[in-house]
Amino acid sequence: MLSWKDIPMGAIVQTPGSAKEYRTGDWRSQRPVWDLSKCIKCGLCYIYCPDASIGWKDDGYPQWDEFHCKGCGICATECWTKAINLVEETE
Amino acid sequence: MAKKVGTEVSFAVADAVKLADVDVIAAYPITPQTHIVEKLSEYVADGELDAEYICVESEHSAMSACCGSSATGARTFTATAGQGLELMHEVLTIPASSRLPMVAAICNRALSGPLSVWGDHSDLMGVRDTGWIQIIAENGQDVHDLTIAAFKISEHKDVMFPVMVHMDGFHLTHVIEPIVIMDQEDVDKFLPPFEYNNKLDPASPVSQGTYAPPHIYPEIKKAQDVALVNSKETIKAIWKEYGDLFGRYYNPIETYKTDDAETILVTMGSFSETASLAIDKLREQGKKVGLLRVRLWRPFPFAELRDAAKSAKTMIVLDRALSFGGPAGPLCSEIRSAFYQEKNRPQIISFISGLGGRDIDPEDFEAMIARGEDIAKNGSDSEYEILGVRE
Amino acid sequence: MEKYGLYTPRVAPQKEYFAAGHRACVGCGEMLAVRLVCKALGKETIVINSTGCIEIVSSLFPDTSWEVPWMHTLFENSAAVASGVESAIKVMQRKGKYADGKVNVVAMGGDGATLDIGMQALSGAMERGHDFVYVCYDNEAYMNTGIQRSSATPYGAMTTTSPPGKKSIGQQTWKKDMPAIAVAHNIPYVATASPAYPFDLMEKVKKAAATKGPAYLQIFSPCPTGWRSAGEISVKLARLAVETGAFPLYEVENGKYNLTMDFEKLRPITDYMKPQGRYRHLTESDIVLIEKKLHEQVQELRDKSSR
Ligand SMILES: Cc1ncc(C[n+]2csc(CCOP(=O)(O)OP(=O)(O)O)c2C)c(N)n1
Ligand code: SF4
Ligand SMILES: [Mg+2]
Repeated sequence: MLSWKDIPMGAIVQTPGSAKEYRTGDWRSQRPVWDLSKCIKCGLCYIYCPDASIGWKDDGYPQWDEFHCKGCGICATECWTKAINLVEETE
Repeated sequence: MAKKVGTEVSFAVADAVKLADVDVIAAYPITPQTHIVEKLSEYVADGELDAEYICVESEHSAMSACCGSSATGARTFTATAGQGLELMHEVLTIPASSRLPMVAAICNRALSGPLSVWGDHSDLMGVRDTGWIQIIAENGQDVHDLTIAAFKISEHKDVMFPVMVHMDGFHLTHVIEPIVIMDQEDVDKFLPPFEYNNKLDPASPVSQGTYAPPHIYPEIKKAQDVALVNSKETIKAIWKEYGDLFGRYYNPIETYKTDDAETILVTMGSFSETASLAIDKLREQGKKVGLLRVRLWRPFPFAELRDAAKSAKTMIVLDRALSFGGPAGPLCSEIRSAFYQEKNRPQIISFISGLGGRDIDPEDFEAMIARGEDIAKNGSDSEYEILGVRE
Repeated sequence: MEKYGLYTPRVAPQKEYFAAGHRACVGCGEMLAVRLVCKALGKETIVINSTGCIEIVSSLFPDTSWEVPWMHTLFENSAAVASGVESAIKVMQRKGKYADGKVNVVAMGGDGATLDIGMQALSGAMERGHDFVYVCYDNEAYMNTGIQRSSATPYGAMTTTSPPGKKSIGQQTWKKDMPAIAVAHNIPYVATASPAYPFDLMEKVKKAAATKGPAYLQIFSPCPTGWRSAGEISVKLARLAVETGAFPLYEVENGKYNLTMDFEKLRPITDYMKPQGRYRHLTESDIVLIEKKLHEQVQELRDKSSR
């Protein structure tokens, strides 16, 4: 925890995007699981994610960000080919 | 060479702002501030001052625009009074907490209702705790010099706080006085360009004005308070430098014939010069009286005050604002706090007078001192007395 | 074929300027809209943000989700703060004290910040003609303080300060037509957008940013918490709002209206209302009344567009 002496002038944050260190993935009660045989690499899941938690792998398939995904399920609802299933988090 | 001219005090503010080569002015007209912003509008329109003048639609937006401007690294100025300052109030805490330098000329005005466009210190007291550095001018020369110095104070790397220069509405803003208007060359020598490290710039993104829950808010506030208290030394140093360069010295506490004074009258603002006439007269009568004026209202100069009033047995404090139903006038409350822990503390008497532009003559000051000495001896049934009001 | 690329998510800029790690509710449509807006704006941008959900979830000190310069001061004054930023850049570039080049100055806030408490500041900034973009994220209530009604709350909707009861239907007034108010300022660009149509949204943002002078965008922002809807259907609801006429998409360029999305037949409004708890109390006849009004509004927009 910061001491008052460590507060930068004006409490201005100088590290852009520092929130990325914050793990929102812990909030999840369900996770998206891709059936790659159905995935057409269109990227709708990527564009519709409110938490910027889906990117791209080198092979063109979606890259899931487990650290940030809150498990909202928008990707599964929006996927044209129904390639995404929501699975209960067990742990 | 800087030369002395007869000019309206409001114009001396505008000239100071022009000499400081401000980048952005955002202001909304209100009596008795109008002459300052009208003059500045002319300077901008004529190209004598290369600045953006934002004709905002309210004082709330004026201060908001000033925050945006300062955060972008621009030298920033605004001016207001009374109701305008009240409307700004919500925004005032922002530049103080985000440490955004700017200078505001406040033409002190009474508060509604009833509506009054004339001067007193009600507006000043209302913004006391917003975290600004607050400086009080007494005459036109003060106004000019202190405004120029205010930019240097505000933007100094060890300070980085917004600064208000208070001047009494009408009693000061609208009078014509002989004032030494500074030379551009001298101002340029004294006032370095504004360098702001955290400016809004896509090349190095910062986040300003974040959200702070209880686990961090008090640390942020303590850091702000310590910085404001510490700014006093820099303020004194900058005023000293100004004096050394230009021969006019300013101090957090100004004194007049206080050295051996047993009774000290305390004032703030333009009425001090009238008060000094009463002091002269009483001195002629052999009375040990003196006058002490508070120039730096925030951060409050406690040590300087105690030092200047060492000899006092009685202090008589004039407030031009009411703290309705409170302990005393707001200035007097401060003075009492300053002496409360002292072993030999003087009696400290509170008077309220000069509300809503009502004059106070030298005779009124004499009567005030007499009544104060009477209360010091015999007491009073009230915490403070309002003087100069018809029974 | 050239245009085709625009409709492929793959070609959208990959860089996120509104980073993951924000604390918005699960399935928040408002933060999706913010993310898309920031993508479209790109790096050369300064964001001025009003108090509200966006600011709260993205800036818990010392965390920030912002990858562009960002400033929050108060609830109602973002347009005024942006005026100061824009003016400062203008004069300092003129005086050689700020790097040359175009910087997008973008003020943003919720419907409460925009249509209610901040409308004066916005009106002033639009009237003065500052070169800036104002983005209103319209989730149709004050969500950050616990779902109180705003003047953007639709007729009949339940909020915590427009509760339905024996003597009330819920929200008793029709949604304020803020885009028309912006148009009345004679500004060069006004548009509505929806995160369900991300490419239309991003095109409009780019257009707004490229516009010289003020531009106003109102973006539909589904709020599962406030609307009592499931998080996974936020985008679907946004699409249904367009397809039913609850939130038509259009642009107004230099006063000329253009409906950017139209349908031969609007879907029944119940498709949109049913999944939302905020409309659950409405009767059949309430719904008929609402549908009629919405259809009239869409027709009005069609008429204006064909003029
Ligand atoms: C002057 C002032 N009044 C009230 C508030 C409390 N307040 C903060 S956010 C908010 C509502 C925000 O609603 P909106 O602008 O629609 O944004 P949302 O949270 O829905 O995204 C309110 C009422 C405040 N911060 N400041
Ligand atoms: S309350 Fe609504 S708008 Fe606010 S963060 Fe939650 S889902 Fe988003
Ligand atoms: Mg809202």
